[in-house]
Amino acid sequence: MPPIPAIQDLSITLAHYIGLSGTVFAIGALIALSKRNAVAVLMGIELMLNAVNLTVLAFSRFSAAFDKTGSAPLEGHVFVVFVLTVAAAEAAVALAMAVLVYRRRETVDLDRVNLMRW
Amino acid sequence: MESPGIVLAFFALSGVTVMSALLVFVARNLLHALAFLVLSFLGMAGLFLTLSADFIGIAQILIYAGSISVLMVFAVMLTPLASRNNGSTLYVIPALLAAGGLSSIIGFIAIDTEWDERKGDALAKSDFTTTIAGIGDLLLGRYLLAFEVASVLLLFALLGAIVLVQERRRAGEGA
Repeated sequence: MPPIPAIQDLSITLAHYIGLSGTVFAIGALIALSKRNAVAVLMGIELMLNAVNLTVLAFSRFSAAFDKTGSAPLEGHVFVVFVLTVAAAEAAVALAMAVLVYRRRETVDLDRVNLMRW
Repeated sequence: MESPGIVLAFFALSGVTVMSALLVFVARNLLHALAFLVLSFLGMAGLFLTLSADFIGIAQILIYAGSISVLMVFAVMLTPLASRNNGSTLYVIPALLAAGGLSSIIGFIAIDTEWDERKGDALAKSDFTTTIAGIGDLLLGRYLLAFEVASVLLLFALLGAIVLVQERRRAGEGA
């Protein structure tokens, strides 16, 4: 590939990944706070979990050279595996609850599901 | 992380991820929002690959873009009379302010902090060749207890989802 001057002196650093992850996290929080439909709120929560995974993986990658033992420090990756597991479990239960609420109320509009009993 | 391929891939993938995450917020139809969410998950999987996290990248595609989005499609389809529009509540203005503040704070901290991370050759030398064997060792070694607890959590989530959506027959209708 011939050198492209514009991107030749660019370098991706940890700050790039953290800034990107903060942006995606904020968009996820915006969706989770403002949407009316329960499934849309869940979408926002999944985006936030994804952004956190990106941060953990970026820290794992950029601190890899600090490891003295020579083995790859993969604790961050293991942590992300657990986050993926919990996210899958949480999505299954939350969507089951959305279906249950719909069966009783014929709506998943969170403005109209505001009683603890019905 | 200085090679032009990585730089191009980072900017292209982050553009795709952020734009489709914004379109999840903007889209009018819930199913369109779901499609953009899948696109955002795929962009995020590509970003994981630029961090040489091969196993997590593939798991992201399988679990997020595959199964969680299918679950969401099911949830939308099983609630046919609920409105399909992706409207916002009255909290959209405070939520916009909070999200803008959050992302600018995180961005400011990311730029302002001296991260003291490795750069250049030291970083390239410590590139993970493969992560799968190391993840397997850690999961079945130091984090064995957490691994087992996660399996119990998955089992109970499965049971909970089944029990929640089960059709309960009234007494007297038979089994």
